[in-house]
Order: sequence, then C-alpha cells, then structure tokens
Amino acid sequence: MTDRNTSLSNLDLETPEKPFLDANELVINMGPQHPATHGVLRVILRLDGEKVLGLECVIGYLHRGVEKIGEHRTYTMFNPYVDRMDYVAAVSNGLGYCETVEKLLNVEAPPRAQYVRVILTELNRIASHQLWLGTHALDIGAITPLFYTFRDREEILKIYEKYCGARLTTHAFRIGGLQYETYAGFEKDVKTFLNFFRPKIDEYEELLTTNRIWVERTKNVGKISGADCIALGVTGPVLRASGVKWDLRKAQPYANYKNFDFDIPTGQNGDTYDRYLVRMVEMRQSVRIVEQAIDAIPEGPIIAKVPKVMKPAVGEVYHSIEAPKGELGYFIVSDGSTQPYRVRVRPPSFVNLQALDLMCRGQFVADVIAVIGTLDIVLGEVDR
Amino acid sequence: MIAKFKGMYGSGIEPLTYAGQNYMVVDRSLIPEILQVLRNEEQFDYCVDITAVHYPKREKQFDVLWVLYSFTRNERIRVTTRILDGESLPSSVPIWPTANWLEREVFDMFGIKFDGHPDLKRILLPDGWKGYPLRKDYGILQQDNEWVQINLGIESGQ
Repeated sequence: MTDRNTSLSNLDLETPEKPFLDANELVINMGPQHPATHGVLRVILRLDGEKVLGLECVIGYLHRGVEKIGEHRTYTMFNPYVDRMDYVAAVSNGLGYCETVEKLLNVEAPPRAQYVRVILTELNRIASHQLWLGTHALDIGAITPLFYTFRDREEILKIYEKYCGARLTTHAFRIGGLQYETYAGFEKDVKTFLNFFRPKIDEYEELLTTNRIWVERTKNVGKISGADCIALGVTGPVLRASGVKWDLRKAQPYANYKNFDFDIPTGQNGDTYDRYLVRMVEMRQSVRIVEQAIDAIPEGPIIAKVPKVMKPAVGEVYHSIEAPKGELGYFIVSDGSTQPYRVRVRPPSFVNLQALDLMCRGQFVADVIAVIGTLDIVLGEVDR
Repeated sequence: MIAKFKGMYGSGIEPLTYAGQNYMVVDRSLIPEILQVLRNEEQFDYCVDITAVHYPKREKQFDVLWVLYSFTRNERIRVTTRILDGESLPSSVPIWPTANWLEREVFDMFGIKFDGHPDLKRILLPDGWKGYPLRKDYGILQQDNEWVQINLGIESGQ
C-alpha cells in the first residue's frame, strides 16, 4: 500500500522514465476472519493489480494441541478427540483412529461391525461432499446449492442421531468394533435415504454442471498437474481430478472395502471444474457402496474381544484411510502403557493447503476464493 | 529392497517389521543419501509424512521419521533416524516439496532444525513463542505466559 501511495505522490511528469502508473507489488491481507476461508485461515497475497503473484498461508489459529492431548489420555479416552479435527467428517476420523489402535492391539473388528462402519463412513463422505458443494458454490456466488445440500445432508445427520445420539461429532466407533447395535429400522432408514438422495445429485448437477457462470468461474481455475500433486503430497479428490487414479480404498484396502464394487473417478485438467465433477461422481459411488453394504450386513457380534484396559505391546504403527479430503494417517507409538506414547495425525487438509500458493499463481484475486473452496479444507484439521 | 540396502550400507541400517509394516532405523550420516536413493532409484515419489518422537531418557533424544509411499510399487516404508538434542538434519524439500510444511511443523513442535530449508519458522504456534510443546518435558498445561500476557493482554490462558 505504502509503496503505491509514495510513488503516486512523488509522481513527477518531468522525468518520463518513471511510469505513470506504478505496477508495484501490492501486499494484501485476507482473513483470518474471512467468511470464504471456511474457518480461521489468514492468507497474505502478493498482487500485481488483480493478479496473484504468490501467497503465504498463516495457520494455527485453531491449534488445540490434539497430539499432545493424545499423549495424556488413554487409547479409549482419546477416541472422541479425533472427531474434533475434521468435524464435517468425524466418522472417517474415528475409523482411521480405531483401525490404527486395532493394528497395535492386533485385533480385527467382526464382519458385522465392518459393514456398519463402511455404511456410516460412506454416508459421511456424502455429507462432507454436500457441505463442500454448498459452501464452495456459495463462495463463488451460487446461493441455491447451499439450501439444497443442507436440506439433504440433514437426512444423513438424522440417521447418525438415531444411531448414536450425535449429529456432528458422532464418536460412532469403538476400538474393536462398535458400541451400539444398529437400531430397529436402520436398514430401512438408510434405504429410504438412498432412494431420496439419488435424484438429488442430478438436481445439484442440473443447477451447476452446465451453468455458464459456474463453468466460467471454475474452468481453468486453480490448475494443478498430477506430477505437482504428487510432489506436494496432495491427495484425495484433488489428486484424482488431476488424472492420477489413486484411492486408498482400492490401493491398500482397509475395513472391508475389497468386498464392494465401485469406480474411482478421475479428471484430466486438474482444474476447479474437474474437482467438482470428481466429487459429484464420488457421491454417486458412495451411494453404490452403501447400496451393496446395506443388504449384506451379516449377523454376529459387533465388537471384538478387546481388553477393558488397553495396553498394546511396545511398537509403532502408521495406518491411513481415504478420508473425504484425502489420505488421513495416524502414527501411534506405544510404550506398553495405557496411554499412547505419541500420536501423530497426518491430516489431508494440512498437506493439501500447501498447494494453494502454486494453484493461485497467475490467477485473479476472486479465484483465490474458488481455489480455497475447491481444496476442501477444514481448519480444525489443518491446525489440530 | 531392504535386503539390498543392508548389503549396500551394512551396519548403518537396521531393518525392522512391526504389525506387518516395514521400517528401517538408519544412521544419521546415511540419511541424505538414503532419502535421495529412495526417491530416485526406488520410486518413493510421495512423502506422506515427516514427524518426530521424543525420548528424553535416551542419549539420542529424538526419533525423526519419514513415511514414504511409492505409487508404482504401491508400497509404504518408514525411515527412522535417531539424533541428539540440538543436532540438525538435512532438509528434504529439494527431494519432496511437500516436506516444507511438514518440516516446519517438526521444528515448531520439537525444535529440530533442518539445514537448507527455504523458510524454517514456526507454523502452528506464533513466531515469538518459547518452548517446543511436543517435547516430553513440556507440560500439558504449560504455555508461554510471557507471550500470552504481552500479546493477548490477559494474565494466563488457562
């Protein structure tokens, strides 16, 4: 700011080598309290006029020290904390954590629990993508999708509420399986939701896919190549939209994903529009998985035999799952006591956010909003 | 692959397996070379995570580890090294650009320095903060009271 003011006030028409309009770099601060940053993210933009030359993210406003808390709680007590990281996909966080501790304990959840886990996790993927779509479209200027997606997301939250009493931070899983048996009418509720939701995806697409404003605002915006994604460790729908067909559910199947048929959508251009299309297909694929799972839930116990006081043997394990936002990894070190010696969370949002600088370079300021939206970050998970 | 490494580097590498996962404890002096070889020759092109663990009772207090993944091999490996308090490590940003923020977080939480990092500063905590929270000697309720008083204008954040 100062640069430009000084140069304008010192404007001397006698000396022609000085340009009339100084194209000095402009440094602008965006956030941390900005409605389009989906939380408290501060971005320092370096601009040349409307064009972004580079940017720096300042994060940590929501830092709560989740990893430190983990070292001071028992394995069971830490379970609800993980829901508070990516709070729009709490079920996925819980699945990753429970499976990692199960690996340490060398137990496996019984088949019935596995099926219910997959159903709830895939419903969570849909809910997470719905929230992403609504807010992302709102940021770009389309208000209607927000009402549509939140109306439909409500149905998923109702199922969660009936199942475990909570809507957002569900704490649905326990180490070794599930705490609650499914309620009477669970299958019926899920099937009703699937029938209700299938035409809704078409409705979302009708609003946006060929909408000229939407296409203009998203095509060729925030492009990133597959090679750059890999170099920057970007995973999830962003990586797939850049043409890399990689999904942990297929590459290194966890839970019982290998029992289900589903496709992994990919894009070609790696732009905001492709990421939108990839997530739309992912919602349809999640519906497909839940459809297969809901009819196949076997009878049997819902939790494996796990000790009341968990003391895993000394060792360390890294396990990761495909969360709605990308690879969510947990690295847990056990020293043989009741509390983890170290819990490390590898959050997809944190690593994906690092690509923001590259994706925004050469774009306009208004596109920064679109790119933050398309990365689908949750600051609770970035800052932990 | 690990057997090949063992043949190449001898006693500098200790291959281990736990719960079906392979990892190796590598001597600090071999780290620059091993990471380079893993990236360029063994196709571990995706650096999943870099993190550290603090063992205050050991002489070499810190375990620093890289979680790597190879798309072509669909395989994961962890490389662990042990360093003294105050000892630095070579930055792996030239090998995997994603290491930038990951190394900053390790520095922020443990105070481990990475030589050659383009911009090594705190990432989650504010710049002027004193102390490294994920070290074992840092209490769970502890905080930089001086920073809190100056910057937030309150006696204590508790």
